[in-house]
Amino acid sequence: MPPLTRWFVKTALVYLVVALLGGAVLASGPFLHLPAAILVAAPAQIHLFVVGWLTQLIFGIAYWMFPSHSRELPRGRNDIAIAVYVLLNAGLVLRAVVEPWQTVDPRPILGALLVASAVAQWLAGVGFVIHAWPRVRGR
Amino acid sequence: MPRVSIWFVRTSLLALLVGVTLGAVMLGAKGLGAAPAVWFLLPAHLELVLVGWMLQLAMGVAQWILPRFGARGAARGSAAAWIAYVALNAGVLCVVVTATLSGPLAGALQWMGRLAEVGAVAAFVVSVWSRVRASGISAM
Repeated sequence: MPPLTRWFVKTALVYLVVALLGGAVLASGPFLHLPAAILVAAPAQIHLFVVGWLTQLIFGIAYWMFPSHSRELPRGRNDIAIAVYVLLNAGLVLRAVVEPWQTVDPRPILGALLVASAVAQWLAGVGFVIHAWPRVRGR
Repeated sequence: MPRVSIWFVRTSLLALLVGVTLGAVMLGAKGLGAAPAVWFLLPAHLELVLVGWMLQLAMGVAQWILPRFGARGAARGSAAAWIAYVALNAGVLCVVVTATLSGPLAGALQWMGRLAEVGAVAAFVVSVWSRVRASGISAM
C-alpha cells in the first residue's frame, strides 16, 4: 500500500470516528444544554461522514488499486494526488469549523472562509478526476 | 479493466465532477448569504454524489474485480451489466433534471428515474450474482 494511500485511509478512519461521535453528540441535543453552534452542525457532520470517510477512503483505494498510468509513473502524477489530499482535508476541516459558526453568528470573514472551503473541496474533486481519468482503462 | 467497468467508472467520475460543483456552489452561496437562491440544487447534488458517483463506482469496480473465471463475455461485460449501466444513468439523469422542474412533469420524470434505477440495480445483481464465489486463488 503506497504511503499516500495510508494517509488517505488513516485520515478517513479518523473522520469515521469523529463523524459518528458528532452524530451521537447531535442526538443528545434534546437532553444536554449544548451550544447553539453544535446544534446546527448536522450538515457539517454529514459531510465529515460522506466526504471525510467515504469519499476519502475511495480516493485512497483508487490511487492504490486502479490500473497503472504508465511504466514511469505507475500511479500517475503524485503532485496532483498530494494536492487532492491536502485540499480535501483543509476544505473539510474549514467547513466543519466555520459552517456551524457562520450559521449562528454570520460575519463576512466567516462567509469568506466558507467560500474558501467550497473552492478547496471543489478543487480536490476536480484534481481527483484529472488524476484518476487516465488510469481508468483496459490493459 | 473490462469495457463496461471503464464506462461505469468514467461516468461516475463525471457525476462526481458535476456533483461537487453543485455542492461547492451551494456551500459558497451559504458563505455569501445567498443560500436560498441555490437551495433547489440539493436533490441533484445528493443524487449525483450518492447514486451517480458512489453507487456507480461500486458497480463498475465490482464488474472489474469480482472473480470471472469461466464467465462468458466477462472481458467486455455481460448484457445485464450494460443494461445496468444504461438504466442507472438514465435514472440519474431523470432525477437530476427534475431538480430544475416543477409540477406533474417533474413528478412523472422522478418516478421514471427511480424505476430505471431499480431496474439498473436488478440488472446489476443478475450480472454479478454468479460471480460471487471462490475464485480458486484466494486462500480462504
